[in-house]
Amino acid sequence: MTTAVESVLTAALSTVRDPELDESIVDLGFVTATSFAAGRVEVRLRLPTYFCAPNFAYLMVADAYDAVFALEGVDEVSVVLEDHFAAAEINAGVASGSGFVGSFPGEAGAELNDLRVTFQRKAHTACLERACGRLLKDGWTIEGLSDARLSDLPDTPERTSLLNRRADIGLPLDDDAPVFVGDDGRPVAAEDIPMRLRFARTVRVSVDGNAHFCRGLLTTRYPHAAADQRPREHEPEASR
Amino acid sequence: MYSKDGENYFIVDAHIALWDARAENCRNIHGKQFIDCFYDYHRNLSPESELWPYDDYTYYGGERLMKDLFEDGYVDHAIFQPAHLGDFYHTGFGQTEEAWALTQRHPDKLTYNHNFDPRNEQAGLDRLRADAERFGLKGVKLYTAEWHGSSRGYKLTDPWTYRYLEACQELGITNVHIHKGPTIRPLDRDSFDVADVDAVATDFTDLNFVVEHVGLPRLEDFCWIATQEPNVHGGLAVAMPFIHTRPKYFAQILGELLYWIGEDRIQFSSDYALWTPKWLIEKFVDFQIPEDMTEYAPLTTSVKKKILGLNAARMYDLKVPAELALPETAVGAGR
Repeated sequence: MTTAVESVLTAALSTVRDPELDESIVDLGFVTATSFAAGRVEVRLRLPTYFCAPNFAYLMVADAYDAVFALEGVDEVSVVLEDHFAAAEINAGVASGSGFVGSFPGEAGAELNDLRVTFQRKAHTACLERACGRLLKDGWTIEGLSDARLSDLPDTPERTSLLNRRADIGLPLDDDAPVFVGDDGRPVAAEDIPMRLRFARTVRVSVDGNAHFCRGLLTTRYPHAAADQRPREHEPEASR
Repeated sequence: MYSKDGENYFIVDAHIALWDARAENCRNIHGKQFIDCFYDYHRNLSPESELWPYDDYTYYGGERLMKDLFEDGYVDHAIFQPAHLGDFYHTGFGQTEEAWALTQRHPDKLTYNHNFDPRNEQAGLDRLRADAERFGLKGVKLYTAEWHGSSRGYKLTDPWTYRYLEACQELGITNVHIHKGPTIRPLDRDSFDVADVDAVATDFTDLNFVVEHVGLPRLEDFCWIATQEPNVHGGLAVAMPFIHTRPKYFAQILGELLYWIGEDRIQFSSDYALWTPKWLIEKFVDFQIPEDMTEYAPLTTSVKKKILGLNAARMYDLKVPAELALPETAVGAGR
């Protein structure tokens, strides 16, 4: 039975995304348990492999910590990553607020801001391709996409995802803002759109494919995890 | 050779291993976890009929390898791409002596590539020269995420790597297979990033760089650099078995690769013993881009022949029987 507290915790953790897969750690089935007692929250996380990249693992643990700590009535948070080669360093580093460099002394040259931005841009590119796919289905031409404004996007999950990813990287969200912009926010010229859209498709194929693979590996590693996974928001029919 | 519907295919399995990950060879928990991770890949992506018991998977030996590849698996020639992983396994993961002995017994069927680690600096460079002579190396396999003492990886653009690649030029080791993994130094960088492949491909235009797993999980970055660097190739290790579990996704990967890098720079491999070649080859020859995916061109028999063997045969100067080759103009036309 889901209690009110559990719902609040799950909602908070749903805002935490796997940066590579552009998906919530709750939907991916990475959250195994949450508990709350006397102002103290414990969250347990698992990943598809023991060797999942430690930088992305760190981001998810740290983001989970921050998301839960921001909740009212929470005084203390413990996020425990399990079954991972760097679990000890990551768990201790996040708990003590040491940052990534402090958690991996001598091994990390910088915090993970640049890495995060790189993957937020990839996520934006993939979402842009999905949103453009919607417009093309509605009769727009590829070159014509240079005229598309955010207000032209029908109210669909693709639109919502695109707006969220734009917000992540600081792109304008107003109705008359152009849809097809580069990472720097500059509109892409009509003649450059075919190639940019073509590459955006490759990015989307890559991100979606990685998500399928990681979802599958998680259920191989933890047979009960399938029940915890929710369909992928970007392509609900294809997730299972 | 594989035959179907009147067509004959020359098969090169461009990425195989003879590993030993039995408990007695594991140096620590990481060795056990590494093979368990492989076994999860195997279990997740194999048809049920092709699943191996765990104990067979940790070590299978040369006899079984010969049977799986050449008796049952249609393979004409296979290339060892050994990972060393000396920090995880006492005698390493890839079994050098055993694989080399097998290669010497079957020189027509097997090619032995070895590996190097630029973090071994001068001693490793001396070793590479000795290895090149002993094994007659045409290729090397580099695993950039390999752990080495306190280091969790290296880049191809590190100064010592350049010295090793210069030695490869001099020694005639023309084929550099690159396997990216989840760790790299420094740890804050994306370890799967292939930007360093771009740099070395530009600086060593007479070497071939085969990016294993076609850059997955960074297919897009791989396609982008391979489009610009004619000496960058893609190995289908790990991508192949999606043909069974996720055929639509496999079609997309292949469609993207053919669009960006063309049909002459893609190499089949089973990644044996992650998977066995027999079922992969059978399914690949039967495979077609689904009709509703109109964004990709259908696969021709000639594309399949190139991917399954002719591309790698050209890179490794393997003798292809005339009746299995394509007309001269078709092979290498995209170079």
